[in-house]
Amino acid sequence: MANNDAIRVLNDKCTGCTLCVKVCPFGAITMEEKKAVINLMKCTVCGACVEICKFKAIVIQKKDEEKIDFSHHKDVWVFSEQKKGQVQSISFELLGKGRELADKLGARLCAVLLGDKIEDKAKDLIARGADKVYLVNSPKLHVYQDEPYTKVLVELIKKYKPEVVLCGATVIGRSLISRVAVKIGAGLTADCTGLDIDPDEKLLLQTRPAFGGNIMATIISPNTRPQMATVRHKVMAEAEPDAKRKGVIIKEEFPEDVYTSRSILIDVVEEIEATINIAEADIIVSGGRGLREKENFDIIRELALALNGAVGASRSAVDADWIPYSHQVGQTGKTVCPKLYIACGISGQIQHLIGMKSSDVIVAINKDPDAPIFSVATYGIVGDLFKVVPKLTQYFK
Amino acid sequence: MKIIVLIKQVPETTDVRIDPETNTLIREGVDSIINPFDMYAIEEALRVKERLEGAKVVVISMGPPQAVDALKEALSMGCDEAVLLSDRKFAGSDTWATSYTLAQAIKKIGDYRLIFCGKQASDGDTAQVGPGVSTHLDIPQVTYVKHIEQIDTHAAKVERMTEEGYDIIETPLPAVLTVVKEINEPRLPSLKGKMRAKKAEIPVWGAGDISCDEDKIGLDGSPTRVVKIFTPPPREGGRILTGEPDEVAKELAGLIKDIVTG
Repeated sequence: MANNDAIRVLNDKCTGCTLCVKVCPFGAITMEEKKAVINLMKCTVCGACVEICKFKAIVIQKKDEEKIDFSHHKDVWVFSEQKKGQVQSISFELLGKGRELADKLGARLCAVLLGDKIEDKAKDLIARGADKVYLVNSPKLHVYQDEPYTKVLVELIKKYKPEVVLCGATVIGRSLISRVAVKIGAGLTADCTGLDIDPDEKLLLQTRPAFGGNIMATIISPNTRPQMATVRHKVMAEAEPDAKRKGVIIKEEFPEDVYTSRSILIDVVEEIEATINIAEADIIVSGGRGLREKENFDIIRELALALNGAVGASRSAVDADWIPYSHQVGQTGKTVCPKLYIACGISGQIQHLIGMKSSDVIVAINKDPDAPIFSVATYGIVGDLFKVVPKLTQYFK
Repeated sequence: MKIIVLIKQVPETTDVRIDPETNTLIREGVDSIINPFDMYAIEEALRVKERLEGAKVVVISMGPPQAVDALKEALSMGCDEAVLLSDRKFAGSDTWATSYTLAQAIKKIGDYRLIFCGKQASDGDTAQVGPGVSTHLDIPQVTYVKHIEQIDTHAAKVERMTEEGYDIIETPLPAVLTVVKEINEPRLPSLKGKMRAKKAEIPVWGAGDISCDEDKIGLDGSPTRVVKIFTPPPREGGRILTGEPDEVAKELAGLIKDIVTG
């Protein structure tokens, strides 16, 4: 019987060495009569077993695909997210990385900017490294809405055929790019923390955490263009502005129907406590159960204020109603990656660690020396946060 | 009229640990649960059902045969029907192929007004399947929904959480809504619900049951491909500062000063 499974074991080559069983991150391989058997229901076809097998006994087979000529797909694009006419810092981070990728590909770096009366922002994108800016100006694009933004971006991609499209893994970015990728049948990798170009195949290597950061996966989109990825905040360094840089601004216009939307944005509400967005903050001071009561969160706020940082919280502090959910860091909250994360009275449950362990420098202040938070801390203080934190605030005031 | 909930069975990630010797995930004894965000989707579907006369909640999961347990749990909470999408031909599906497969199943069910999903799954964290489904079905979406203000059979007014606060959005139905934790407090299954779920026969649909294009499912339908899986390097060992509060605070201030002023 012809075997059409995506991955299979060649029984004549399998020696029953069990290396693949050990390496499978998904527990999908078992040994039956000294041959490896892959449970396709658990298998994600990640290829870890193919790589480890010394006997070439496991093969992944895709339908034969004609080699498609993608040579007319050029340029690295960055979707430049703007809110209230302000280009968001994630866009500058993407331009920094995008410049590097474009240079490796020998391609141009282009920014895509959608909004209303935002011509003057195009120059900032050139200063940050864009060779070209595709600018679409319309009152209908004043605020982000899924449908018009999707249609405009799809039209631009069809017309100019980029090789790579990058976008921030933000609320807007994830909502928009997922739609665009499905519309144009392109591969999309979410929430990347590493991007590079394969030197031989010239493919975009997209590395992202999975299982709450316990494993990392590198992903490619070999047979579709553009290769698309969303990128996590604060992982890539911002491109520095250089006002002397030159670039071209290309204005695009579309027929009215491209701007129509079935869903309608009625209002944008900003919550005062969330004025510093924790996903974008360079410094975060977080509080947990060790604060004991709601009023004590002021100690955290004061330190955050002194450091010009944002306020974060563990799930237990949010569940106790000490602070709104928008401040929650961790698996069911936000994933953050600041330069400095100060955890005060947070024990460090795995769900919390998942959300903050990729921060550059982690400080843990906790009275329990066995608290798991210390396992990820760059600097740990075993002590009373009520004594240490106010002292720290004093130093920075 | 149907309200559809899309759920995923995931490992209870609190138990996912790395074996330091083999450098692989330790999976023994790891329980499978309903993706935590999908619990809010189930709860919200049940609440909307109470507001819309004649609505039925249908819960769908794509996964291995044991994902039936997740569907049974959803039934025990009060969902009316469940469908499992399971076929070896679905193996290797990325978010593109998964959202296509789910959309085809939703079309087969038909008469849908609302489709609820959790904002993302706790194992993959992509947040791409919900928007993918809405695009395949060519219907509007609202992601990161934290509150449904008004709803009738034709339209919904909802709040979408943003980084700074929230947006108020009105959408015609049918639409896909992906929900965040803030939206509700999921109920516990009732005893009656548990009994009913235990007895329920859950239909299993394969590729042949949902009129799909075989080039768009499984590995062949997936534009992305994993080329490498590895464990991240462990964090460098930290330093514990000791002394009186005044001293340690001073020492720490010195250590982090450059970050704060830089």
